[in-house]
Amino acid sequence: MSDLYLIFKNLTRKKLRLFLTMFATFIAFLIYGTITSFQAALDAGVELSADDRLVSVNKINFTQPLPISYVNKVRGVAGVEEVVHMNWFGGYYQDPRNQVQTFAVDKDTLLGVYTEIILTDEEEANWLQNRQAILVGESIARTNGWKVGDRLPLNSNIFSQADGKTVWQFDIVGVYTGADAQTDTNSVYIHYKYFNETQSFGGNYIGWMGVKTASPDLNEQVIKSIDDLFVNSPFETETVPEKAFQKAFIEQIGNIGLILTSVIGAAFFIILVIVGNSMVLAVRERTAEIGVMKTLGFKSVRIFRMVLGESMLLALMGGGLGLLASLGMIGLMNSVPAPLPTLIMDADVVLKAVGVMLALGLITGIIPAVSALRLNIITALSRG
Amino acid sequence: MNDEILYDLKSISKSFVKGKEQVTVFDGLNMSIKQGDFLAIMGPSGSGKTTLLNMLGGVDQPTGGEVWFDGNRVDTLSENGLAQWRANNIGFIFQFYNLMPMLNAARNIELPLLLTNLSKAQRKKSVATALELVELSDRAKHMPNELSGGQQQRVAIARAIISDPKLLLCDEPTGDLDRHTADEILQMLQLLNEKFGKTIVMVTHDPRAAEFAKRTLHLDKGEFVEKDLAA
Repeated sequence: MSDLYLIFKNLTRKKLRLFLTMFATFIAFLIYGTITSFQAALDAGVELSADDRLVSVNKINFTQPLPISYVNKVRGVAGVEEVVHMNWFGGYYQDPRNQVQTFAVDKDTLLGVYTEIILTDEEEANWLQNRQAILVGESIARTNGWKVGDRLPLNSNIFSQADGKTVWQFDIVGVYTGADAQTDTNSVYIHYKYFNETQSFGGNYIGWMGVKTASPDLNEQVIKSIDDLFVNSPFETETVPEKAFQKAFIEQIGNIGLILTSVIGAAFFIILVIVGNSMVLAVRERTAEIGVMKTLGFKSVRIFRMVLGESMLLALMGGGLGLLASLGMIGLMNSVPAPLPTLIMDADVVLKAVGVMLALGLITGIIPAVSALRLNIITALSRG
Repeated sequence: MNDEILYDLKSISKSFVKGKEQVTVFDGLNMSIKQGDFLAIMGPSGSGKTTLLNMLGGVDQPTGGEVWFDGNRVDTLSENGLAQWRANNIGFIFQFYNLMPMLNAARNIELPLLLTNLSKAQRKKSVATALELVELSDRAKHMPNELSGGQQQRVAIARAIISDPKLLLCDEPTGDLDRHTADEILQMLQLLNEKFGKTIVMVTHDPRAAEFAKRTLHLDKGEFVEKDLAA
């Protein structure tokens, strides 16, 4: 028998209360694990952005086009290593609800700028040779059961072909993986040339440019040079580092961080009250027993540690199970076809969760632990 | 009983504030307990029996005077010092047993040994010996609510003697038991006193229980009226 055994026996003496308080903690950490993984995935889009990459969009806003002639002009700017232009295709597969993030890109420069897109040599060769080629991300391919060699009809909810059809036929020539586990593999890429030649309106315009600089140190200078190049033209540009662009893009939806923090905060406030109240009651019921332990010679500090240990153990047990369940939930969410980033519970999320569990245990246990510490033996025994 | 003094209370006073009044329980009380003594303390409610027992057990402190135990002054010890002193020297037996409801009999008995440096194996051996002494070896795994009152009190006795204390303090140890079971418990205390040389102080209301002691002190309004039953 040890102090840990006593803590465990005290914790498990009322099974229903243990179940209910653990369940409350479990739910809180299920929410916490899932939401923070979601937040981490959103942040990863920003974090994984290359430091040496810029995004150049129409100054009015990024939905407005730019002339394709801009691409060669930008290529000529000192410090620019490579440029890829992109258009939003507005694609969907079979059903308008099944949206596919489709980008019509410059086939020759895509892989040079976005080095996190990983292909085999054969896939890369086929991508360059076939004008109807389409590169699909590993995640979206898995969701839809696509594989190399498949003929893929993709609809656009924006564009149409000269004959009025909104469906384009593509050949899947490659299923790309990401250089990092959190690299987005939910997108598909098609040749701009094929798209531009077949669409019925808006030809020779691009959506935006991805610009790779020779060094992140040159970013500021390159940004200024690009934007100066088109100043006072009908299509002025706004060039920003990719990180800033991604961040601003995410924040369009609202302050996601604040929303998620508020949800988590509300959940934890309720848990704090429930578990804290439970702990206070549990220790109050044991007043006489604490008095007996002190009478036998247990020092007050040791009893303080035991009570605090009990609330810590409760938080770690309930929280640990909740975190495990959120791992299952994340797996489930990743397997469901949805335009969501790949959720990953990384070591950072787990460490933060353990920190929150310990803080929860400390906050809910400190009041009853101090009460036990200060408890006078005579008073305690008289309550027995 | 030998002539060596185990406990010596010198001019003890104890008072506390109740509401707006100062209540004095003891004012200059003197008391000596010899090693191997079995002392019963009787007296009406409010006479100070429990307060005295609490002071003897180091769970309450006098407001004046000196308390000497085995040649050492204990009323000046800190809270932690007193806790350690209790663990080393005093065994407590309560009226309502005060066993831990979530621990079985063996674990309850083992509890004071967590305050020692004994190994797991040594603790296990000591628990087995104590269980045998109180004739509850076959009830080691039973939870307190699976034991009768008498059995629970025997577990409490085993817990009190497990760390071999010099003094056993019993607060109405038979107050919650029927006559027959009470006699069994008192015989057990007698055995501990006579065969194992344990010094025992027992507070009781029951004159029959007091007959098992070597001597009885009557406490009234904070003062002793000694009637030596052995004499």
